[in-house]
Amino acid sequence: MLKKLETQKVAVNKMKTGFIYIFMLLSCFIFLSSTEAQPIRIKSNNMVLIKGGQYEPLYIDSSATKIKVASFYMDKYPVTNEQFIKFVEENPRWKKSKIKKLFADDSYLLKWRTDTEPGEKVNLTAPVTNVSWFAAKEYCECEGKRLPTIAEWEYAARASTNKLDATKDQNYLNKIIEWYSKPTPAEFKSVGQNQKNYWGVYDMHGLVWEWTSDFFTTLVTGESRGDSSIEKNLFCGSGSFSASNFKNYPAFMRFAFRSSLKANYTINNLGFRCVSSLSNEVTK
Amino acid sequence: MKKFINQFTSFLILLFSISTLLMTGLGCSEKKSDRIIGSEQAKLTKAPFVPEPITRDYPTKVIIDLEVLELEKELTTGVKYMVWTFGGDVPGSFIRVREGDFVEFRLHNHSSSKLPHNIDLHAVTGPGGGAEASFTAPGHTSVFSFTALNAGLYVYHCATAPVGLHIANGMYGLIYVQPKEALPTVDKEYYIMQSEFYTVGNYGETGLQSFSMEKALTETPDYVVFNGSVGSLVGDKAIQAKTGERIRLFVGNGGPNLISSFHVIGEIFDLVYSEGGTNALQKNVQTTVVPAGGSSIVEFKVDVPGKFILVDHSIFRAFNKGALGMLEVEGEKNLKTYSGKIKESIYLGTAFSNDLNKNKTAAESSDSKPDFMRLGQSIYNESCAACHQVDGKGLPNVFPPLLNSDYLKNKEAAISTIISGKTGPITVNGKTYNGVMPPQNLNNQQAAAVLTYVYNKFNNSKMKVTEKDVEKVRNSKGSGK
Repeated sequence: MLKKLETQKVAVNKMKTGFIYIFMLLSCFIFLSSTEAQPIRIKSNNMVLIKGGQYEPLYIDSSATKIKVASFYMDKYPVTNEQFIKFVEENPRWKKSKIKKLFADDSYLLKWRTDTEPGEKVNLTAPVTNVSWFAAKEYCECEGKRLPTIAEWEYAARASTNKLDATKDQNYLNKIIEWYSKPTPAEFKSVGQNQKNYWGVYDMHGLVWEWTSDFFTTLVTGESRGDSSIEKNLFCGSGSFSASNFKNYPAFMRFAFRSSLKANYTINNLGFRCVSSLSNEVTK
Repeated sequence: MKKFINQFTSFLILLFSISTLLMTGLGCSEKKSDRIIGSEQAKLTKAPFVPEPITRDYPTKVIIDLEVLELEKELTTGVKYMVWTFGGDVPGSFIRVREGDFVEFRLHNHSSSKLPHNIDLHAVTGPGGGAEASFTAPGHTSVFSFTALNAGLYVYHCATAPVGLHIANGMYGLIYVQPKEALPTVDKEYYIMQSEFYTVGNYGETGLQSFSMEKALTETPDYVVFNGSVGSLVGDKAIQAKTGERIRLFVGNGGPNLISSFHVIGEIFDLVYSEGGTNALQKNVQTTVVPAGGSSIVEFKVDVPGKFILVDHSIFRAFNKGALGMLEVEGEKNLKTYSGKIKESIYLGTAFSNDLNKNKTAAESSDSKPDFMRLGQSIYNESCAACHQVDGKGLPNVFPPLLNSDYLKNKEAAISTIISGKTGPITVNGKTYNGVMPPQNLNNQQAAAVLTYVYNKFNNSKMKVTEKDVEKVRNSKGSGK
């Protein structure tokens, strides 16, 4: 009898844990499917529409010379320190003191005095920098957005103040080169101080670098001058071997910069902004 | 089965003994002198200095720490430029290792850098010369190692795309792999590296200049310099020596575009290790070619005291773009080797039989200022403009300006400088110059005309200098003519 009771208890316990597991699984599934099925609410007030189109990338892959970019929404400004403070307050595991090495290296939010306070040389309305790819990606996802792809970022960044595509315009290129000719400021300026571009987006150039979701697709793996494949030719003469526009030095610099990154790197000059696909728009 | 095992063990023993034989030197290529012994931290130097010669007679492990820093630097007075550097200066630090050394290279990219960087050392045998292994994001460090297989003087530079821009912004230096049989000891070794800068503004346009893509592509730099800036090797920064000393210059050319015709005015290179190789194939050379991304080692003995000018003998680069340095030699005069000027006299040529003063042209005898000005202008452009420049602005730190010059307030001093020359430090508009102005071979009228031109053309006091003024100064010097 006792034995029976015990076995029953064990069975009940087993069932309990089983239910808990099933419940957890189910809730996960519900959660996941909800993110799949319904459009997400996004704060589109600080985003602008970038109308899709085609563009010729800097590095020509033998398979396609033109890259198609679908229409998408893009943040007008890079994400600021102020916004990122709010994010870590709501998501404590992204605080400086809590972050895992795997997700950000030692200089994560280096200039912040504490977990939620900026340091002396940190302007609240300036772009947040020293953030890893993981942190940037998480931030955008919490907003119901995502990081832009290289193609989307480059497509939007080709615009000057009045031209959709200014990549062959020497004045536009010179203006960007001017940025490299100035020292990194001790304190970054606020976002939105420069002129907006053709799409209504600010600070694509001249303030900080920005993360892209697929930055690792231009990894430099070696130097073989006879090899014209896209990711192997960023040194010396071979750096221009398969390029479509030899004069677009700023683009070369961006590709070189992306190639030097790893996802947990956090860099003084590197911030981010978010984008959103059209399907996520709330049309009410 | 047993038999098989026995056979197998004997086979193993045979294999083992063969391999030990191989390892203990039979057919082994490693000589005792190739073994790496111990380790040391390389001491790097900034131009124009070179690390002490290596006295080791064995290879060691050498650890090199080199930091990449992006910072503002002056190309010439008032002209700022954002340079990217190996070690905080242009050119990058001089690295010295010995043939056969095992080098552990640590490249640190400062966190304030805007860009990733790497290093391609021409001394490295391996893909990209280390470029691929040293590709480093801002705020990170890369480590790689190599063995210095070949002796010689090698350029190193950044090879991150777009490579031309990284080199144009100052990312180059020299690494000397000292041969096992070291070169003979000399008294002085110096490090000189030529390069160009391409700025949006023209030569001397002040303020923070940015890189001019157009000038870089057409290979028309405004600045061609030694050791990173105009005047980096003149005045109190000139390299020094004493008479009788043997000098070795490690000369590099970072480019990015131009080939240098390296020349020391008033010296002959006794030996040239052309292109930085290990054989001095040539003796008694006047000018040696230093290719972009290449080097040369030159040696010479200094016999007489004085200032010796280092130039790129593509001579407009020297006088208008900054490719000019100085070697200052102190010591006893050696009149047998070089006398200096012994005598000066009038020479008219066979077409003139009268003496100079009776043979004035209408323009010269006319006392009206414009004609006098015209004569002055032609003399100025012929004899003075090469150094003081057509616009009278001079060359910062090298040749003093004549434009708004406070030195010219004293008419007698100005006349004396023209007719007798001037050596040693002088102060013009608050800046010190320490150069040589040779005496100008002009008669009283020519000297008066050229000075009148200078006083009127370059916003000085607009006065007219007469022949009498010049004569007075000449007589007071006791060399009346």
